[in-house]
Amino acid sequence: MIKALNQIGRYFLMLKEVFNKPTKWVVMKPLIFKEVDDLIVGSMGIVAFISFFIGGVVAIQTALNLTNPLIPKSLIAFATRQSVILEFAPTFISIIMAGRAGSYITSSIGTMRVTEQIDALEVMGVNSLNYLVFPKIIAFLLYPFVISISMFLGILGGWFAGVYGGFISNDEFIGGIQREFIPFHIFYAFFKTFLFGFILATVPSFHGFYMKGGALEVGKASTTAFVWTSVAVILVNYIITTLLLS
Amino acid sequence: MIEVKDIEKSFGESKVLKGISTTFESGKTNLIIGRSGSGKTVMLKTLLGIHAPDAGTISFDGRIYGELTPDEKRALRTEIGMVFQGSALFDSMTVEQNVAFPLRMFTNKKTKDISTRVNEVLDRVNLKDANRKFPNEISGGMQKRVAIARAIVNNPKYLFCDEPNSGLDPETSIVIDELVQEITKEYNITTVINTHDMNSVLQIGEKIVFLKNGIKEWEGNNEEILETRNKSIVEFVYSSDLFKKVRESLLAEEEENHNHNHNNDKKA
Repeated sequence: MIKALNQIGRYFLMLKEVFNKPTKWVVMKPLIFKEVDDLIVGSMGIVAFISFFIGGVVAIQTALNLTNPLIPKSLIAFATRQSVILEFAPTFISIIMAGRAGSYITSSIGTMRVTEQIDALEVMGVNSLNYLVFPKIIAFLLYPFVISISMFLGILGGWFAGVYGGFISNDEFIGGIQREFIPFHIFYAFFKTFLFGFILATVPSFHGFYMKGGALEVGKASTTAFVWTSVAVILVNYIITTLLLS
Repeated sequence: MIEVKDIEKSFGESKVLKGISTTFESGKTNLIIGRSGSGKTVMLKTLLGIHAPDAGTISFDGRIYGELTPDEKRALRTEIGMVFQGSALFDSMTVEQNVAFPLRMFTNKKTKDISTRVNEVLDRVNLKDANRKFPNEISGGMQKRVAIARAIVNNPKYLFCDEPNSGLDPETSIVIDELVQEITKEYNITTVINTHDMNSVLQIGEKIVFLKNGIKEWEGNNEEILETRNKSIVEFVYSSDLFKKVRESLLAEEEENHNHNHNNDKKA
């Protein structure tokens, strides 16, 4: 328990240092573009693939469980939209990103620690936390864009599976996704997406930056980072849902 | 000049540095030597400010490190060049970008001027046609040269090298040693090298500090080290087979000369 509190304290001290003594903009700018490319653009493929097919599966599962003829078929589209926008795109994709981008962040920073590259930055007088973590936080400001693509593709996957699978007509699906739409749900989804983006940038960085040991420990730190990033995402999801939707 | 006074450093129960005092003069290659676990890496990291000493002071030309503000410490660090044991080059950058890094970070020089200076120092370390290569595409010796070029590109006052010869063949080691010594003289830098390579000790050791179990056991230069009768130094210097054989042959030669002179005296 004491160890966990100590780690949480260190995490917040790390955040303070990240925003302290900013690196020169001329140096920071290419770093931000590189992180956007690695973390955001590089993740689009897997996000698109998973979103499309999970959206399709949600639609099929809903259709197969709607056996009562009194329930309108448009509910398939409604259920797909709600589950994709509220939970699947922001939360499930964040867990996937914790594995994909989180492991990349931990292993790249961890390797820099092992090979003394972070010491080299420190010795030169560079604020290594700002240099390494800040560009990742800025890159993850584009994370809602990834999630909006995921939402679109999830619903598109649902439409494709529903219509071409013969479960629902095109008109019923279009009607269903427009049914009882609450704009606040979009705000809720993007609000938590911003928080998840911050967690995805900082928790893996923390585990990479403060790791000790050699190459084997880099692997262990990546696994630990994935676990704790997922835990943080799930906990924040619960808290935000309770505060905003209950 | 770097002055170290009574520095102590512990990690938990283990006391690694036990009140070390010495000075490292500018324009000289100062060596910290000792067996593995003697505390030389901790000593170097303490000098660099990576570890804060538990007691004692370290002053850089009169500026006591522990008394500086964080901004002053950062400013001082821009005057320090460091060559790490594994070179610590940034993997994601080319050789040119690695060397240019301190200039881009701490100066307002134009890209053209940075490029000119980078080529100048790469020439100085005899490294040509490697500008666009990444660290993993060049040899260990070349990586060391790039690390030296990066360390000196911003005209540092202090140069620290952590085992600059580790992992290099003897011939390349000599080249690196000579390069470090030449640069030290040329730019009048205070150079501190952490090593256990006896070739380096004898070749460039203008000031040698020998550590044993966290204590400064001996200090002197590369001529004095061969003459000292300090038991720990003798054991350290002659621990390798090669040096043992050299010593045995020297002793045999000395004894032969002694006997020869003795016989001549008798005849006379």
